[in-house]
Amino acid sequence: MIDWGQLFSNAAVELISPTTAAYALAALGLAVHFGFTGLLNFGQAGFMALGAYGYAISTLTFNFPVWASVLVGIGASVVFALILGVPTLRLRADYLAIVTIAAAEILRLIFTTNTYIDVTGSANGLSGYKGGFAALNPLPEGTYGFAPFTNNSYDTWLRIVAWTIVILACLFVWLLMRSPWGRVVKGIREDEDAVRALGKNVFSYKMQSLIIGGVLGTVAGMIFILPRAVVPSNYQTTLTFFIYTILLLGGAATILGPVIGSIIFWVLLSFISGFIARAVEVGWLPFLSNVQAGQLRFVIVGVVLMLIVIYRPQGIFGNKKELAFVK
Amino acid sequence: MSNSPAPRRGAPVKTTGLHIGEAEPGVAKVDPIVVLDGVKRTFGGLTAVDVEHLEIPRNAITALIGPNGAGKTTLFNLLTGFDKPNAGTWSFDGQTLAGVPSFKVAKMGQVRTFQLTKALALLSVLDNMKLGGKDQKGENLFRALVPSSWRDQDRALEEKAIELLARFKLDGKKDDYAASLSGGQRKLLEMARALMSDPALVMLDEPMAGVNPALTQSLLDHILDLKTQGMTVLFVEHDMQMVRHIADWVVVMAEGRVVAEGAPREVMQNQAVIDAYLGSHHDTDLGEDPTRVDTIKELLHDDDRT
Amino acid sequence: MHTVERSHDRKLRAIVVFFAFLLTLLSMSSLPAASADDVGTDEYEFVFSGNVQFDREPLENVRLTVEGNGYEAEVETDAEGRWRVGVPEKDTYTITLDEDTLPEGVIVVEGQASVDAEFGLTSTKAVNFFLGEGVRETTSYLDTVIDRVFNGLNFGLLLALASIGLSLIFGTTGLSNFAHAEMVTFGALMAFTFGVVLAVPLWLALPVAVVATAAFGYFNDALLWKPLRRRGVGLIPMMIVSIGLSLAVRYLYQVFYGGSTSQLPGVGMAEMQFGPVSLSWVDIGSMIGSTLILLGVAYFLLRTRIGKATRAVSDNPGLASASGIDVDRVIRIVWTLGGALAGLSGILWAYFRPGVSWDMGFQILLLIFAAVVLGGLGTAFGALVGSVIVGLLVELSTLFLPSDMKYVGALGVMILILLFRPQGILGRRERIG
Ligand SMILES: Nc1ncnc2c1ncn2[C@@H]1O[C@H](COP(=O)(O)OP(=O)(O)OP(=O)(O)O)[C@@H](O)[C@H]1O
Ligand SMILES: [Mg+2]
Repeated sequence: MIDWGQLFSNAAVELISPTTAAYALAALGLAVHFGFTGLLNFGQAGFMALGAYGYAISTLTFNFPVWASVLVGIGASVVFALILGVPTLRLRADYLAIVTIAAAEILRLIFTTNTYIDVTGSANGLSGYKGGFAALNPLPEGTYGFAPFTNNSYDTWLRIVAWTIVILACLFVWLLMRSPWGRVVKGIREDEDAVRALGKNVFSYKMQSLIIGGVLGTVAGMIFILPRAVVPSNYQTTLTFFIYTILLLGGAATILGPVIGSIIFWVLLSFISGFIARAVEVGWLPFLSNVQAGQLRFVIVGVVLMLIVIYRPQGIFGNKKELAFVK
Repeated sequence: MSNSPAPRRGAPVKTTGLHIGEAEPGVAKVDPIVVLDGVKRTFGGLTAVDVEHLEIPRNAITALIGPNGAGKTTLFNLLTGFDKPNAGTWSFDGQTLAGVPSFKVAKMGQVRTFQLTKALALLSVLDNMKLGGKDQKGENLFRALVPSSWRDQDRALEEKAIELLARFKLDGKKDDYAASLSGGQRKLLEMARALMSDPALVMLDEPMAGVNPALTQSLLDHILDLKTQGMTVLFVEHDMQMVRHIADWVVVMAEGRVVAEGAPREVMQNQAVIDAYLGSHHDTDLGEDPTRVDTIKELLHDDDRT
Repeated sequence: MHTVERSHDRKLRAIVVFFAFLLTLLSMSSLPAASADDVGTDEYEFVFSGNVQFDREPLENVRLTVEGNGYEAEVETDAEGRWRVGVPEKDTYTITLDEDTLPEGVIVVEGQASVDAEFGLTSTKAVNFFLGEGVRETTSYLDTVIDRVFNGLNFGLLLALASIGLSLIFGTTGLSNFAHAEMVTFGALMAFTFGVVLAVPLWLALPVAVVATAAFGYFNDALLWKPLRRRGVGLIPMMIVSIGLSLAVRYLYQVFYGGSTSQLPGVGMAEMQFGPVSLSWVDIGSMIGSTLILLGVAYFLLRTRIGKATRAVSDNPGLASASGIDVDRVIRIVWTLGGALAGLSGILWAYFRPGVSWDMGFQILLLIFAAVVLGGLGTAFGALVGSVIVGLLVELSTLFLPSDMKYVGALGVMILILLFRPQGILGRRERIG
């Protein structure tokens, strides 16, 4: 029989997992881009990869301390945003989409190639960079939390840091979006020529937005690798698509939407894959093998993405009033 | 296009004596705010704008008229930096503008509206207005994070916005999304928004198209008001009644060229103007670039044969 | 099932690989000892040995180095191409063949000039180097370029089949269809299903696969996109729907077909040499076939009624429908045609890679988009030009870049071209105001 208790508690673990926090932060960055500024950034995976590799390479190859590694990652993503933005932010929205998606792929291919294996670890990626972060941990050894949220000292420390960053980032974006700066950026989303005609340097605002959202994605990339290793195949275009799913689930032009979206996404994904796996074991899905069942969850993500966009385009937290005008 | 303005308390005061010498295309003005020289813009084989010399008088209302496709909007685009000419120079208030990006042009005090209205749909009407405000402290990324640094300015801006909205009869809608406004209301909003920055030159591309005749009158009054406040107005309009009523000076374009200039009453009698209007299909605007119609023509041609 | 393992690396294909060496350990022990070709075999009991040959001819005076465990030795081959090196320990050593000592026009297969050799149960070990014809900077650079150009054209033409469909769909509906890659994969999967699983003869299986993909395109429109257009869903939401569709369908393929790669019949057919260019019948057929189909598409767009209507809708849907064109019908035809072209493209891609797998279309999705953007969004002929450019870029960039980065070159150049010509090569600029 299916152990429902086990399924639920496995899913509940995702509620506060660092991965959920990382995706929430990356989606928040995308909200700044897409939801608030209307920039079709399809390269969020690239920004995340820069965070991951920037941090790991600085630590492993150059022996940088944590703060310097973080700065390297952020610096790399600012440079990346500039390189992407300068040619494309003057062009139509769909050009930004194709250029960002291509640039993110270029990054991934560079991180994967054998040519730089000494630094990037090629297809095997990198590991062994967690020491610096673990050393900052003020918590003594031991187990923290309560079932199902029990974790060792490192994992608890990681969760505290990850979610603190998410909360601070939400606050930051909230402050920005209720200011005149946010007004300009939302105006650009609606019609950049109109905003230009009002004397705003649209290009500069788009660039600022691209950098801010990109840096959020980069920090997300760092959080993402702290519970695991850096593997280049994680940074495929599909990652960006998942983040879009999260963003649209929560509501593109909202602050809490990305966070709640990420929580729902991961809890549901964990529950569904757990359920399918068990269901195959007990023979409820006789036509599926275990491996096949594992892929089914991505099918479900795809279908959910389609359904939200069609039936609830404003997301869970989006303004109902907007719905009438969403085009 | 038959919304003739009802006569108000006496006809508006026309500014006269704007030009020096004979009123012909390219005539010099006593005090020009905009001066164009040899401005040319072609799209493929089509010459959309080809203006040898043109001066726009300061602190007056100038109407830019001409049949559909005459190049009026293109000229607006060029003047405001939204498009780049193939050749030519022009200046605003003595400063050359060639190559200056559109937002800087606007910052210098030359603000425009668009023929196809650009209301910012998912912003409230009030936010639309506030966006027009000049030199806002809170529009700087870092100051934005410190609300106390911009709150006072924002409040002042809000008062000004509400005042303007009241004049355009939009104050009741201030908290609605601009998307919920009607077409005419959006035109009004766009015009009001342009005025938020107290520009020196307002360029209106067909401000009256689609606006209810009852409102036209108050709009006209408002445009006249702008003049008394010291602004210069350049507007494109197809409604001759309105042109005659408020314009101090009229520039007529056809096929990209300035074919006539003069005071409203005289210019209407000009043979070149009559030719320009009769020679074209005044009312068959498909709103589209004719070069793209080729494939359809080709197709229709096929039908004729079969 | 007819499967032939062939390297995924197209670069290797350009090099005709010969076995340079086939010597058994037994024959080794009976070799006479010589001087420079025989180093340290008296001092040490563990011996590496080899015979360097190219095209069955021994190569003399080729220098090799053996390195490891603090020991280093250098040896040159004798007139029979033989060499022997004794080493102190039964351990792993790195043996490097100095390419500069090879005759002109001969190289070691890339990445294999240096091998790590280890002794088995015996105290002697034979070490092979695979030599091939090819470029080492100085040799027949032009020939390689010509060969790559042919490969690039072949690849570009198959890309064009997919990108023209994508471009027509974009032109007529405004949709950036991320699920287009799944139609490409569908064509190959159908060819595999009919040609291999159901063992239908190939001449029938391939057309059936193309027709099946055309039907897939038709139903795409009929069941999903047309209803969405009716609902008035905006273009960006529609694009995101296509992303969802792409995810769902792609992983559904994996559920049904598994994660492995299989081959279509005829893959790995012998290659023929035409001057510097080596092509198989499959390559030739693929190039001729795609050229003919593309000419057919051009005829359709330029000469037929419905083709003209299609262009009219692309140019201006509102005006077209006002002139009495049935826009919905045109769009349905475009989807069906786009499906058929994508299906054919998928089959050719399966031969080019070679292999059929669940994400094969997705692998070239970006290149297809790059081609469409390069040519100018929404112009069918632009897509053709863009595809050929992308195909050539991908293949020619291997002259400068490692082959696992060949897409980097193509995507990078696309970004650069957009910098200078944002409307694409054949595209038109939009108007403002
Ligand atoms: N981006 C463009 N590409 C190609 N042709 C263009 C473009 N913009 C304008 N044109 C052409 O230039 C000519 C002038 O157009 P413009 O919009 O300036 O006319 P207009 O005087 O504003 O007309 P209307 O009174 O109908 O608004 C037209 O023939 C138009 O088709
Ligand atoms: Mg116009």
